[in-house]
Amino acid sequence: MSNTDRSAIRQPGLTELLPPLTEHEALVEANRCLYCYDAPCTHACPTHIDIPRFIKKIATGNLPGSARTILEANLLGATCARVCPVQELCEGACVLGAEHKPIMIGRLQRYAMDYAYSRNVPMFHAAAKTGMKIAVIGAGPAGLSCAGELAKLGHSATLFEKRPLGGGLSTYGIIVLREPVDIALAEVEMICRFGVELKTGVEIGRDVSFSALRSNYDAIFLSVGLGATPALGIPGEEYCIDGLEYIEQSKIDRDKLQVGRQVIVIGAGNTAIDCATIAKRMGAERVTMVYRRTEQEMTAYPHEYEFIKKEGVEFRFLTQPVKIVADAGNVAGLECVRTELGSVDLSGRPSPRLVPGSEFVIPADQIVKAIGQEKPSLAASLGIETQRGFIKVDDDYQTSMPGVYAGGDCIRSAGAASTVMAVEDGKLAAGAIHRRLTAAAVPAGVL
Amino acid sequence: MADLSINFAGIRSPNPFWLASAPPSNSGAQVHRAFEAGWGGAVWKTIGAPVLNVSNRYGAWHYGNQKMLAINNVELISDRPLDLNLAEIRDVKRHWPDRAVIASAMVESTPEAWGDIVRRIEDTGADGIELNYGCPHGMSERGMGSAVGQVPEYCEQITRWVKSAASIPVIVKLTPNITSIVYPARAAVAAQADALSLINTINSIVGVDLDTFDITPNIGGKGGHGGYAGPAVKPIALNMLAALGVDEVVSRAGLPISGMGGMSTWKDAAEFLLLGATSLQVCTAVMHYGFRIVEDLCDGLSNWMDAHGFAAIADFRGKSLPRISDFKDFDLSFRAVARIDPAKCIRCDLCYVACNDTAHQCIDLIAADGSRVEPHTYDVRSNGKNDAIHTRPQPRVREEDCVGCRLCYNVCPVEHCIEMVELPPCQPSVTWDQLSKSQREVTESWDAMERYREEHGIHIH
Ligand SMILES: Cc1cc2nc3c(=O)[nH]c(=O)nc-3n(C[C@H](O)[C@H](O)[C@H](O)COP(=O)(O)OP(=O)(O)OC[C@H]3O[C@@H](n4cnc5c(N)ncnc54)[C@H](O)[C@@H]3O)c2cc1C
Ligand SMILES: Cc1cc2nc3c(=O)[nH]c(=O)nc-3n(C[C@H](O)[C@H](O)[C@H](O)COP(=O)(O)O)c2cc1C
Ligand code: SF4
Ligand code: SF4
Ligand code: SF4
Repeated sequence: MSNTDRSAIRQPGLTELLPPLTEHEALVEANRCLYCYDAPCTHACPTHIDIPRFIKKIATGNLPGSARTILEANLLGATCARVCPVQELCEGACVLGAEHKPIMIGRLQRYAMDYAYSRNVPMFHAAAKTGMKIAVIGAGPAGLSCAGELAKLGHSATLFEKRPLGGGLSTYGIIVLREPVDIALAEVEMICRFGVELKTGVEIGRDVSFSALRSNYDAIFLSVGLGATPALGIPGEEYCIDGLEYIEQSKIDRDKLQVGRQVIVIGAGNTAIDCATIAKRMGAERVTMVYRRTEQEMTAYPHEYEFIKKEGVEFRFLTQPVKIVADAGNVAGLECVRTELGSVDLSGRPSPRLVPGSEFVIPADQIVKAIGQEKPSLAASLGIETQRGFIKVDDDYQTSMPGVYAGGDCIRSAGAASTVMAVEDGKLAAGAIHRRLTAAAVPAGVL
Repeated sequence: MADLSINFAGIRSPNPFWLASAPPSNSGAQVHRAFEAGWGGAVWKTIGAPVLNVSNRYGAWHYGNQKMLAINNVELISDRPLDLNLAEIRDVKRHWPDRAVIASAMVESTPEAWGDIVRRIEDTGADGIELNYGCPHGMSERGMGSAVGQVPEYCEQITRWVKSAASIPVIVKLTPNITSIVYPARAAVAAQADALSLINTINSIVGVDLDTFDITPNIGGKGGHGGYAGPAVKPIALNMLAALGVDEVVSRAGLPISGMGGMSTWKDAAEFLLLGATSLQVCTAVMHYGFRIVEDLCDGLSNWMDAHGFAAIADFRGKSLPRISDFKDFDLSFRAVARIDPAKCIRCDLCYVACNDTAHQCIDLIAADGSRVEPHTYDVRSNGKNDAIHTRPQPRVREEDCVGCRLCYNVCPVEHCIEMVELPPCQPSVTWDQLSKSQREVTESWDAMERYREEHGIHIH
């Protein structure tokens, strides 16, 4: 199935923002790359794709080679090409960035990936089977990457995914403007094609016990991501919509998505910006983002903030929601209090203090909360050591439980969580698992 | 404002820029428009023997984002009726008395054919005749073009025929498809040609189609060598121009030379003039961008002349010729090393890989703490623009090991980032020629060479 055949899931106003590069644009851009040696863009990419090599191959017309170069370092090259915060990563380090425009690395990567997917170019051959079995829990970017790398090495990897579709947040969480669902699903299919088994609708801990996995597999990789949006803890919260669900509906359950006329989004991270984008593009007249600190402390990337301002979204900084005002069971507004910034708190940012007597109500008929995700719950229930609520791993991505590894958002206790970081975790963990399983001393079946 | 006008063997033109004999000068209407745009002259597309042309007659050589670094063609001389061309030449010259209008000719190699074409050209009022001894394809198979230009005796014979018939200046256009350009030029001098022009196009096959295996361009399933011209050939043209300028026989004769081959900017033009050209001809650059390029050719050249205090072209024509020398006369004690300006360097490391893989391994990568590091040594867990930018080492030349080969200077993408710095010589000034006379054994025996080096502290890396 080609990428464009699956456009049924796409909606007007919510389609991929950037068009693919034309052949001419790609060639001109590829030829502009200097082909740096030991290039800084490669260093900056968390998966260290050999960027000058793949770009040079576009320039020489060797597109299968270009795609293979990308996938050798990053099996989720098609997703990453679209969703990576390239300004902070590869493109941010491009030597042409200082005086000229950096090379459009992400879009060239997409060009090569689109080529490979549209032609089903065979990319890898699995090595001879080793007979080792690995269970990978969660089919998001970390899990897919780990399972795919293990399969390349000849191990049998089984992905357990509680949702009906694989892809994790690429499928359910990243807005269509950046990545259409069909791209994420094609990537899942590609990884399954080189021998990974995907079992969807299976939640470990509910449908299958963790201990059953431990006795049946030679190693386990936890790539469970994070949880739902946490509670705000304010009166009227039941009227509030969960931002992650809002995005999910906009992607795969359009009929269920209801967008208000006056929408408030609580939060100022990248997810909040995504929610505001959906509201604005799906017909809301007025979209306001409410955040208790200032634009200096927002966790959204600067380029995302610039984008949402251009979309016409308004901001209320130094504003703390205290209550959702309802009228006859319908949302009528958000009651807020002004804040001032005080001393620096645990997150390293100045903590907001309420200004007494400054209450006011912002009228709204829909309120969406996007204030992050809950910490992974599985770890605690299994008795695995955690760090600030995230699963704790050593340099080899091994948890406190021998033979049980983890990677992706569920271990990212510091720094910005992103798809490409999850992919790298999966890849490095696969390497560590492989080393462990092929070291002679470990008898099969014993963790 | 500098004076750009020239007097070329009696042919005057307000500036040195002429359309070369080629498609841009194929018809009266085109030459009219070229003159309106400011061209100082035009050498008409070669007229003469009857021909038929083919489609797909132009191929091109592209490199990276640069289209048509060179063109390749299997076009013959003009395929328009001879009388029509002659009538248009007459018309153009009448309209443009101040411009140089030169007819290029190529006919069968007989005195009658040449005598006849010379008379008909003179009838038009044209300012001069250029003899096309260069066309490397098609015409040469019929004993014309480069078949003449490659044999000095033919070149001399035909030029004599033309000279005996002509009263207007005769320019002999040379082919570069020859071992030494000097011999046909001397032949033209011997036959009392009034001027020379060079270069015509170079034999070439521009490519092969990787899907069909056809030769590019594909002419009905066939293809073959064609004439190569455009920016890529400029260095070859400059070399041939200089070779004539330093040849005793040719330079003593003092014929003006019309230089061409790869000229596309006023800088190229100034180089041709500095190496002795009097008029300049352009074809490929006009085929790429149109007649309008003459504006900057004139403007840029004039501004450059003003900046250097040259009032007229004669003030600097040939000024660089005395610097042309042979290797044996180069000063072996001359020393330069590469030096990188870290403030300009963007750390692409292209100099590093070029020097390390293919030159003398004398560029180091220096970390912030001053230590030397190897490439590709960052930790796999390190990523993001800040890590990549702030931990990136700075290339630095180990000057004591640098032989000054200048490779890094050539590959560096940043203007003036690498400079070749001249160092005081570590041995007395000497040329190979002097050495082979004063210490012959040094130039003949490796052992003697070794001793010579030790004596003078010359280290080979
Ligand atoms: C709204 C939003 C927008 C984002 N936009 C970007 C972006 O533009 N660019 C970017 O780089 N990053 C973005 N991110 C972050 C990025 O999506 C994550 O960093 C990445 O998906 C992490 O991958 P993962 O595999 O660790 O986790 P996830 O993608 O969350 O995948 C975890 C998977 O595990 C499954 N699972 C959990 N528990 C179990 C269980 N017990 N049994 C079976 N399956 C289980 C889940 O269903 C899920 O499919 C965004 C995140 C969000 C929320
Ligand atoms: C398509 C084409 C046709 C040409 N036809 C002629 C010709 O008829 N007579 C001639 O003397 N030279 C001809 N030339 C050679 C040019 O006059 C000129 O010598 C050569 O192209 C080098 O100059 P350039 O690099 O500016 O193109 C032709 C060149 C080209 C590209
Ligand atoms: S994976 Fe992401 S960070 Fe790495 S090169 Fe591709 S777009 Fe850039
Ligand atoms: S840093 Fe920029 S120019 Fe250099 S290789 Fe990377 S993309 Fe190309
Ligand atoms: S080639 Fe030039 S810009 Fe690049 S690293 Fe070397 S000196 Fe710096």
